[in-house]
Amino acid sequence: EMEDKVTSPEKAEEAKLKARYPHLGQKPGGSDFLRKRLQKGQKYFDSGDYNMAKAKMKNKQLPTAAPDKTEVTGDHIPTPQDLPQRKPSLVASKLAG
Amino acid sequence: MFLKFSLHSMFYGAGGGNDIQWCFSQVKGAVDDDVAEADIISTVEFNHSGELLATGDKGGRVVIFQQEQENKIQSHSRGEYNVYSTFQSHEPEFDYLKSLEIEEKINKIRWLPQKNAAQFLLSTNDKTIKLWKISERDKRPEGYNLKEEDGRYRDPTTVTTLRVPVFRPMDLMVEASPRRIFANAHTYHINSISINSDYETYLSADDLRINLWHLEITDRSFNIVDIKPANMEELTEVITAAEFHPNSCNTFVYSSSKGTIRLCDMRASALCDRHSKLFEEPEDPSNRSFFSEIISSISDVKFSHSGRYMMTRDYLSVKIWDLNMENRPVETYQVHEYLRSKLCSLYENDCIFDKFECCWNGSDSVVMTGSYNNFFRMFDRNTKRDITLEASRENNKPRTVLKPRKVCASGKRKKDEISVDSLDFNKKILHTAWHPKENIIAVATTNNLYIFQDKVN
Repeated sequence: EMEDKVTSPEKAEEAKLKARYPHLGQKPGGSDFLRKRLQKGQKYFDSGDYNMAKAKMKNKQLPTAAPDKTEVTGDHIPTPQDLPQRKPSLVASKLAG
Repeated sequence: MFLKFSLHSMFYGAGGGNDIQWCFSQVKGAVDDDVAEADIISTVEFNHSGELLATGDKGGRVVIFQQEQENKIQSHSRGEYNVYSTFQSHEPEFDYLKSLEIEEKINKIRWLPQKNAAQFLLSTNDKTIKLWKISERDKRPEGYNLKEEDGRYRDPTTVTTLRVPVFRPMDLMVEASPRRIFANAHTYHINSISINSDYETYLSADDLRINLWHLEITDRSFNIVDIKPANMEELTEVITAAEFHPNSCNTFVYSSSKGTIRLCDMRASALCDRHSKLFEEPEDPSNRSFFSEIISSISDVKFSHSGRYMMTRDYLSVKIWDLNMENRPVETYQVHEYLRSKLCSLYENDCIFDKFECCWNGSDSVVMTGSYNNFFRMFDRNTKRDITLEASRENNKPRTVLKPRKVCASGKRKKDEISVDSLDFNKKILHTAWHPKENIIAVATTNNLYIFQDKVN
């Protein structure tokens, strides 16, 4: 009897991914990506929460986003360093140089 | 010799992708590797005549290049593209009510057909569309009675004679001014704008809705597609691109993250939630994997100039659909099939979500799309041959024909081939454009714009 050992490259890649992230795909796959996409640009910054947390955790590290890819929203507290600079470009495009 | 040439073009057609010898023409942008975020090119578009080429970037700036008039003496190349106008189209904003940061990145630019001396284009970021007028000024009035030439006012009591001011030539000045601002109509992020063939209306599409606007009216917009579910937990797909049919002003299409394309007819009803046609290629359920839906997501949809076909781009392929056949595409071209066995890493580094665009040549005989490692691909629909070229400063001698590239998927790598593992996934070509009439193409790498032309003998 011949065992069919040929797995499609895609399925092999899927197995690799599941081995690295066992919790992946337990929620409906599509919605995770879609919700993340729709939330692009969302910034929550409550200075009260931030300062209280900073006061409580003087010497400890602030919680940061898990490296796990199942997180959709960060439940970490953003720091001023996390928020990017938002000044408009006053410099001309280098394409026009 | 003459006979051979005409037989050749009879069989292969003008504009055949592989019978053209592509040569480097120009490259725009900074040389250094340290790329500022603002300089990342986000859209490239020729106008209807091909005389103007517009780019938009992440910093909200638009740069327009103009093709110089052909020099009859130097007939070895077509006119070069030089900077014509540049302006800040969009600025970063913050919606305090929703705690939402609005990027100034230009997602799309679309040109209006020229109606008078001025040029008009629509540019959009995630939330706001703007109509820009680009006009030339090459004369100025001189000889006022009450003003000096430098603008200072003259003492009226010193005026003894009267003269008629006249227009005198001045150095060409190109001015861009925003004529309309179409705002506050999109809750989600705008991915497409498309001008109707009636030249009066246009559509804008975000993840869940499509709106119809009149170019003259900014305070009203009609919602023509709404796929937002009553319960957001039930959300399964989003709109990824939309375009009006080039000839039928009542027809438009929109693509989804699930790999489907819906064609809608605005005559059928005011809200086009029910499609007239649904284009979807059946999937073999035994081949389904975690990645299937992600790689089937359509990143771009473009009608052919003829209006008979449309092209879609998903992560690994380009498909040509006949509008008369919904159940499968008529042609499928593999862009970089060798990536199928790298999907795990491409998911981890987010490259699997890259949105590649695609374009047709003027005669609809060749299609082009980008890939990684600054490679781009062309597929000739007639000869069925394809070619891979590279946008790189190493090949920048004008009139030298570009050398085709080849990626080695596995096994023994031949000389001059590049192995999949050596590909630079940070060097992506997402945006390309083809001149509407000539064999001139614009290819955007991360922060540089390359212009290639076919060899002119």
